[in-house]
Amino acid sequence: MDEIQSLMHGFAIALTLKNIAFMFVGVILGVIIGVLPGLGGANGVAILLPLTFSMAQVPGGTTTAIILLSSIYWGALFGGAITSILFNIPGEPWSVATTFDGYPLAQQGRAGAALTAAFTSSFVGALVAVIMITFLSPRVAKFALEFGPPEFFAVYLLTFCAFIGMSKEAPFKTLASMMLGFALAAVGTDPVTGTLRLTFGFTEALNGFDFLIAVIGLFGIGEILLTLEEGLAFQGTSAKINFKVVMETWRELPKYWLTSIRSAAVGCFMGIVPGGATPASFMSYGVAQRFSKDGEKFGTGVVEGVVAPETAAHAAGTSALLPMLTLGVPGSPTAAVLLGGLLVWGLQPGPLLFVEQKDFVWGLIASMYLGNIAGLIVVLTCVPLFAAILRIPFSVIAPVIMVICAIGAYTVHNSQFDIWMMMVFGVMGYLFKKLSYPLAPLVLAIVLGDRAEASFRQAMLVSEGDMSVFFSNALVGGMTGLALFLLCWRLLSAALAALRNRLRGS
Amino acid sequence: MAEGSGERAAAHYKRVDIVVALIFLAFGAIVAFDSWRLGAKWGDDGPQSGYFPFYIGLIICLSSIVNLLNGFAIRGERDKVFVKVGQLKLVLAVLLPTMVYVGCISWLGIYLASVFFVAFFMRWLGKYTWWKVVLLSVGNSLFFFVIFEFWFMIPLPKGPLESALGLG
Repeated sequence: MDEIQSLMHGFAIALTLKNIAFMFVGVILGVIIGVLPGLGGANGVAILLPLTFSMAQVPGGTTTAIILLSSIYWGALFGGAITSILFNIPGEPWSVATTFDGYPLAQQGRAGAALTAAFTSSFVGALVAVIMITFLSPRVAKFALEFGPPEFFAVYLLTFCAFIGMSKEAPFKTLASMMLGFALAAVGTDPVTGTLRLTFGFTEALNGFDFLIAVIGLFGIGEILLTLEEGLAFQGTSAKINFKVVMETWRELPKYWLTSIRSAAVGCFMGIVPGGATPASFMSYGVAQRFSKDGEKFGTGVVEGVVAPETAAHAAGTSALLPMLTLGVPGSPTAAVLLGGLLVWGLQPGPLLFVEQKDFVWGLIASMYLGNIAGLIVVLTCVPLFAAILRIPFSVIAPVIMVICAIGAYTVHNSQFDIWMMMVFGVMGYLFKKLSYPLAPLVLAIVLGDRAEASFRQAMLVSEGDMSVFFSNALVGGMTGLALFLLCWRLLSAALAALRNRLRGS
Repeated sequence: MAEGSGERAAAHYKRVDIVVALIFLAFGAIVAFDSWRLGAKWGDDGPQSGYFPFYIGLIICLSSIVNLLNGFAIRGERDKVFVKVGQLKLVLAVLLPTMVYVGCISWLGIYLASVFFVAFFMRWLGKYTWWKVVLLSVGNSLFFFVIFEFWFMIPLPKGPLESALGLG
């Protein structure tokens, strides 16, 4: 039981007064970010990342920094449920399924019960996922220590093909958006030879595009522009949550234990796969609806319909950190930003992290347990406060969020050009969202582009240009095969469907 | 936003979809072309610099051609309203001032520009009374000034006002 021992060591690192303080600060900031339109987990963490530069300089500071940032993530996950239930506005894509039953419950005056159920099941989902991370990640990391460039490229390939195979958006739009990310990542200096690529003589392009700017623009500015279309005021029900409601709901929740287990399992599995949180919440809602004896009442306001998607979404959101820590391949945009943080602080994500940075890794894992407990306490006690934030008129909150985004974009590289880039990405995010070009693969491609290319070229150098290196053993062959299967199956079925429509149409 | 003119469609889905696919196509072509110029073949020491981006550009072109065809195939009621006039007006009412704001940052500094930006919004869209406008817009910038310049020690762009006050 090495893991238990390491975990206890992690608790010893995480449980300092400073770290606990930053945990609560992070969770509170995170909930606010999750509640505010235009700010979500990914861009909230991206904006605050530059503030941790100096924090990470002191010994043990990287642990404090990651605790702050990951707590913001937990807070944002909790915050998404507040807007879904009270305002029928999903703060994050994976909160959409929560609105199906959460908002009707709130309209019936049972907002307190819906919120308590959502927060508690989020907590349960996250807890299951953290336990899985605790026991599974050291094994995955150990396994991945043997990986060479071909294996890593196969992992990247699988990651990106899974996006195309699993996303509900049109596969060729997913492909176009992803490749745009790769192209943007290629701008600047070639990591292998040092040649300048795709700069077209612009000095600003020499260093390439920073994905933090892209995240702030795409998710921040783009989201605000989208929200604006709905008008300047939000209509919501009021939130009252008191001790009695919490206790009553907690007495009711154990009835849904089977739904919780099923949803947590779906969430954990889907979370490891990139882009899994949103499908996980929908899938788990659908499964719960089919198996529940109140199945036909789903959608009219049943607590079980809140439990299922929230458990799955949180389990998925948390387990998305597993591939990020062990392989250096993030499973979601927010995990990608956290990965960016690790790089900025001088840590190399991947299997070696578990060998060289034991304190950091186990401090982080221990803080996941603590952060979610802190989150549950904060949201249960402060809901009315957070709901009040959404009542601030948009004509005040929108410019302030714009200012925050601009400051966030500037501080990444102290460059005013980046603020302009942020605006460009903002308009892009608005258009892409409306035309259903998915944003997550775009962001992940910008983050991983250079490394995917480097591992591909290293593999090619070793094999002297022989592509069969990607099928040279069972492991790498299996991953490449699965990736190609996911890719071809989806692209072919889409192409065939399009062809059939054409033939029928003409 | 129930006024009749605001409900008209400013753009339909099909047209925007096609335009964006065309932009993608052009972008992919530029990427592929520039990578070819760099050398996208197989050198003596493995793939050349342009090898990877060349195929990226090629895939962008191919997938945007499919998207283009799909866009042209949109017919009848599937061609939804992309954005209504009223919605577009609201979006532009925020987007254009923000552009001006970003432009102002370089000569006014981020703090003063933010004061004007927030004040403009509150007065123009929110119709707040002047004392509330001044209080909130100045307070907002002061708050960020204290946080960044003193607490986190991260200097943000400053302008003539800060240097006149001896702070920049």
